[in-house]
Amino acid sequence: MRRARWRRALAAGVAAAALVGLAGCGGAPAGPPVLNWYINPDDGGQAEIAERCTAASGGQYRIEVSILPRQAGEQRQQLIRRLAASDTSIDIMSIDPPYIPEFAEAGFLAPVPADVAQRTTEGIVNSAKEGASWNGELVTVPFWANTQLLWYRKSQVEGTGLDMSKPVTWDQVIAAAQGADSTIAAQGIRAESLTVWLNALVESAGGEIVTNPSPGDPEGVELGLDSPAATRAAEVMKAVSAIGGPGFSTASEDENSNAFQDGSAMFQVNWPFIWGKVNSAVEDGTAEQATADDFGWALYPQVTPGTPSAPPYGGINLGVGAFSPNVDLAYRATECIVSEENQKQYFLTNGNAAAKLSVFTDPEVVEKFPMAPVIAQSLQQAKPRPQTAYYSEVSESIQRNYHPSAGIDPVTVGPATADLIKAVLAKEELL
Amino acid sequence: MSTTAVESGTGSGTTPTPPGNGASDRARAEQRLGWLLAGPAFVVMLLVTAYPIAQAVYYSLFDYRLTDQENISFIGLNNYAVVLTDQIWWISFAVTVFITVVTVAVELVLGFALALVMMNALQAIRPVLRAAILIPYAVITVVSAFAWQYAFSLDSGFVNSWFSWLPGIAADTDWFGGTYTSLLVICLAEIWKTTPFISLLLLAGLAQVPDVLQEAAKVDGATWWQRMRKVTIPNMKAAIMVALLFRTLDAFRVFDTVFVMTNGANNTETVSFLAYRQTIARVEIGLGSAVSVLLFLSVVIICVGFIKGFKVDLSQARGEN
Repeated sequence: MRRARWRRALAAGVAAAALVGLAGCGGAPAGPPVLNWYINPDDGGQAEIAERCTAASGGQYRIEVSILPRQAGEQRQQLIRRLAASDTSIDIMSIDPPYIPEFAEAGFLAPVPADVAQRTTEGIVNSAKEGASWNGELVTVPFWANTQLLWYRKSQVEGTGLDMSKPVTWDQVIAAAQGADSTIAAQGIRAESLTVWLNALVESAGGEIVTNPSPGDPEGVELGLDSPAATRAAEVMKAVSAIGGPGFSTASEDENSNAFQDGSAMFQVNWPFIWGKVNSAVEDGTAEQATADDFGWALYPQVTPGTPSAPPYGGINLGVGAFSPNVDLAYRATECIVSEENQKQYFLTNGNAAAKLSVFTDPEVVEKFPMAPVIAQSLQQAKPRPQTAYYSEVSESIQRNYHPSAGIDPVTVGPATADLIKAVLAKEELL
Repeated sequence: MSTTAVESGTGSGTTPTPPGNGASDRARAEQRLGWLLAGPAFVVMLLVTAYPIAQAVYYSLFDYRLTDQENISFIGLNNYAVVLTDQIWWISFAVTVFITVVTVAVELVLGFALALVMMNALQAIRPVLRAAILIPYAVITVVSAFAWQYAFSLDSGFVNSWFSWLPGIAADTDWFGGTYTSLLVICLAEIWKTTPFISLLLLAGLAQVPDVLQEAAKVDGATWWQRMRKVTIPNMKAAIMVALLFRTLDAFRVFDTVFVMTNGANNTETVSFLAYRQTIARVEIGLGSAVSVLLFLSVVIICVGFIKGFKVDLSQARGEN
């Protein structure tokens, strides 16, 4: 009978599902407490560190990694949604620095014990210490630090007469690219990287995007986007966009590294991942050794001649979840994760620069990353993005008004954006 | 020649008489059985759709930020006032209407043509043809959006080099650098992806057109075009309307393609995207819920407009006549 067979099949299916369900709740696993580490996607370096630290703990804890989405903004969204529901499964999180104030202000981070704070900030680059703090207090543990350099094609710059051994300005870079009939690759896409660029320009010109972060009161936030420094930054942004190549308004870090690698852009401002990328292209045979040899690097360009630039600061810091049942163990684990040895290995294997200064002089590091001293110098000069608990709103508003950057009016874009940010923070406008 | 249409509901005589005071025992038993059969599904629907909708309506009356749960306060209709007085809402609304009208119009024409092809194809190749036409509909929207984005992008795309002989397309045409070019690619991707859906519904409608009428018209000497206009289309009006309604509701909620291709740059934000940004990116649950409720109301208005305005009989879609 057809119907009977159906019924039997259904019953079997239900039974199987119930068995699977029961097996799923087979009680807590024996052994040391498990620490969940929510990591941003990388080349496997964090998972490796987790294994090493589990082994080194001598059975005190076991670290398991869970991978977050690729985009920093989406990592934040997932963590915030979980933490807003008091998720106890979050022990350690890899957090992109600009979002740290929001986590701290919402009470999502367990306070850093004084001794851990003291030990993990010894010999740390300035920007990493600043980026791991909120309201003058360390709220996360600095792990690795990133910064952008000015990359140039040696062969193309040679004929322009630009001396790359000294710090250069944006104006000089623009003139050189114009003279050589080439382009500058910068992140003109409507994304977080546009804010990264604008912030570096404003800070390099001596200004600040957020002048008063006003913790706890979004309507008290004060902005420096109507300052002369912000106007100057917008002028530079517009001028660079004008010679940025055909796809400038949709160019992210990846497109730019491709344009630079294939020689269509002679300059680019970008993170050091491009060095690893060109070298693996050489290994795969998709790029010539000569291309990698043609890569030159220098400090981020200045806006005001003679005033040191303020390069972008990025990277990852480690937060411990406020609702974790194992806060002490989690902090012990973070200390292991950020050890000098682990930072060095992470730099060597995944190309992510360390937060500890001493790593940059390690012979192995210098051999693989000849630009390590420049990165270290850049990290000392770098400035974090606006530190405010409402960073997401600030950044999205900037992206709305400054994109496409070739079409901005440098005089009005700043004040207009300041008005937008204030209206958004007062919940009077959509974003 | 006059329009020849078969009245719906008079077909095989299975239409149940509305049970009332004078209903027979059998009719009452059937009605009870109907409720018993549909009841569980109805309860599940209430749980998974009515509850979230009610919750969104409730939240939309509050100033509620996910990271600031101590300061949740009732603010009445203030969120709606903020949304409706904001230029961005109206731009997004216009963009959404634009995408909906363009894609649905093109899909209807294309879908109809494809339905005719599927209907009239040789018996031997019919299964293969139908499968081939339906493949795009089986592709996940995000995947199709990425595929189209890669095709049109400057560094990995092939569109610029293949079509550079067309005026206005050059090797360095940046499709995602302007509003209209971005919308064009978004619409193309949507059309490619969902035309099969509309053609499937229209194929069902075509199959319902009685052969007798076609033959009678042929005998009368009607041309192909006359038969199409006077026999085929009038007889499948209900199916066309249902297809249009379903696609319009779907198109109005467009999100994935915009999210993947432009992330809202160059004024390509749609209403769903706006709701996403307020709720998920800004974590302003109250404001985001207000946008979602307004989106829901728009969809309801479209739905009611179709059903009342065009007298769509939804039971037609299930072949109940």
